[in-house]
Amino acid sequence: MATQAGPSRARPLWVAGALGVLAASMIAGLLDGAADISPWQVVLQAVDWLPFVHVDSGLAPVEQGLLYELRLPRVLVAAVVGGLLAMAGAAYQGVFRNPLADPYLLGAAAGAGLAATVAIVALPAVAQSIPVAAFIGAVGGVFLAYMLGNTAGRAGGTATLVLAGVAVTSFLTAIQTFVQQFKVEELQRIYSWILGDVGGGWDQLWLVLPYAVVSTVLLLLHGRMLDVLSVGDEEATSLGLRAARVRFAVLLAASLATAAAVAVSGLIGFVGIVVPHVVRRLAGGSYRIVLPLSLIGGAAFLVLADLVARTVLAPAELPIGVVTMFVGAPFFVAVLRMTRRAVA
Amino acid sequence: MIETRGLSVRLGEREVVRDVGLRVRRGEWLAIIGPNGAGKSTLLKAVMGLVAHRGDVTLSGRPAAGLKPRERARLLAYAPQTPALPPDMTVFDYALLGRTPYIPYLGRESRHDRDVTASVLDRLDLGALAARPVGELSGGERQRVVLARALVQQAPVLLLDEPTTALDLGHQQQVLELVDRLRRADGLTVVTTLHDLTVAGLYADALLLLADGRAVASGDPAQVLTEELVGRHFDAHVKIEPGPDGRPVVLLVRGGS
Repeated sequence: MATQAGPSRARPLWVAGALGVLAASMIAGLLDGAADISPWQVVLQAVDWLPFVHVDSGLAPVEQGLLYELRLPRVLVAAVVGGLLAMAGAAYQGVFRNPLADPYLLGAAAGAGLAATVAIVALPAVAQSIPVAAFIGAVGGVFLAYMLGNTAGRAGGTATLVLAGVAVTSFLTAIQTFVQQFKVEELQRIYSWILGDVGGGWDQLWLVLPYAVVSTVLLLLHGRMLDVLSVGDEEATSLGLRAARVRFAVLLAASLATAAAVAVSGLIGFVGIVVPHVVRRLAGGSYRIVLPLSLIGGAAFLVLADLVARTVLAPAELPIGVVTMFVGAPFFVAVLRMTRRAVA
Repeated sequence: MIETRGLSVRLGEREVVRDVGLRVRRGEWLAIIGPNGAGKSTLLKAVMGLVAHRGDVTLSGRPAAGLKPRERARLLAYAPQTPALPPDMTVFDYALLGRTPYIPYLGRESRHDRDVTASVLDRLDLGALAARPVGELSGGERQRVVLARALVQQAPVLLLDEPTTALDLGHQQQVLELVDRLRRADGLTVVTTLHDLTVAGLYADALLLLADGRAVASGDPAQVLTEELVGRHFDAHVKIEPGPDGRPVVLLVRGGS
């Protein structure tokens, strides 16, 4: 019998399904709370926003303005951040061959947290300084951990790298805690930054977009490499791969993605772990599947999480990071249980 | 095909392989035997270029030190003693990893790569399992899948570290018969470490006895598997008799030591 099966790849059906879920959640995100606007009008309006297309949605200019200036950038930032975090999480899990690795493993979160705290404390009036500081902090944290890991242990080994990440994280967190004690009156701002927010508007979107595009392209190109790396350094080397080099490239791209996400949204937890695992369970374990579907799935997940954050206590807002953890954890358990039964 | 001269490996403070010279001709099967900790696996890794070493390794007449990892991977296919089998990966994807030295860095596999993989899977009766995750396979199937990956690499030399460790008697025989059949059909050169001396003597053309990192004996099975050499280096009390095909059979004797 001739072998029929081929290599794993993201099947068009899965991609189309995931994109459908993403589109639906984005429309839901646009729709929420706006009085007397129907879903169909939102769809028409969304089509109208496309270049070279003009459709009359029947919305009043005020309503259009509300959607365009407030809702749309918010939904898009949530989608970009969610996609980046989920894809970076998948990449980290591949590089470290550890299902519990997340995008913050190497000190990105602690670095961004420290830098954002310093920005809030030192330049309280300049809100624009926070994302820039967070980006630099995240990149700096990862850089520190990577340098430390590579000089302390066997060159390119992952175990020392993880330990270096732990050390850098606690060191930077200690400094951050120390700094925030000086300005107790800014505590609330610091905490609300840490717990995440995607309501920054168009400026924030343009700020992350270049990094998002570059890191996404780089990571998607490395799917096959991550599959090779999953047999471990030694065997990957015997297959002709320079494992340390691949690891460096993937970590660089994933850390760039994380830093970009953190810069505009704060430290949103759980997306980077939960989404890649759900994808793995549903669609397959090859990184050629996990990376692209995590990108789309993470985007949909965070758009929905933001929707929940805005609506459950309306008009008050919950921090989005609280929602991702509160909703994400039970959802994750449900998927684990469901698929275990399917396998058994 | 493979030649080493003065090959030495130091792991930490310990010299694990010391000044080993070996020579394997094209199409030959060399089994490396020796007591636990003698340096068998490390020797194999040094030939594969996976551990830092001193001395020369020559592959098909070319010094291995000058080869890029991809070039080396086209000459040597290596299967470790306990291969990492990512449980979610399908059998096809796993075997396809063997094409890595032929696929450009950020490129994807060609039709030829897929065809080679599919034909190797068919040849090893794994075609029906191609879409299954490797985590769901039995021990014997896993060993065949690992062998499939090595064959997909289309290297003229197979380096197999204890290919039969976790297998029962029947599966051991199946795997070794398979390796032997492939070797004869494709003219492959095979180097294995094997802990079972009788099995080593049964399948290999030549044996290399390693003790404390040194090559203490080499030659055809009857020359290496002697009561004197085995008794001394394995610290065992054995009786060695010619088997049905004339190859030596190693028997343990009670009450020794």
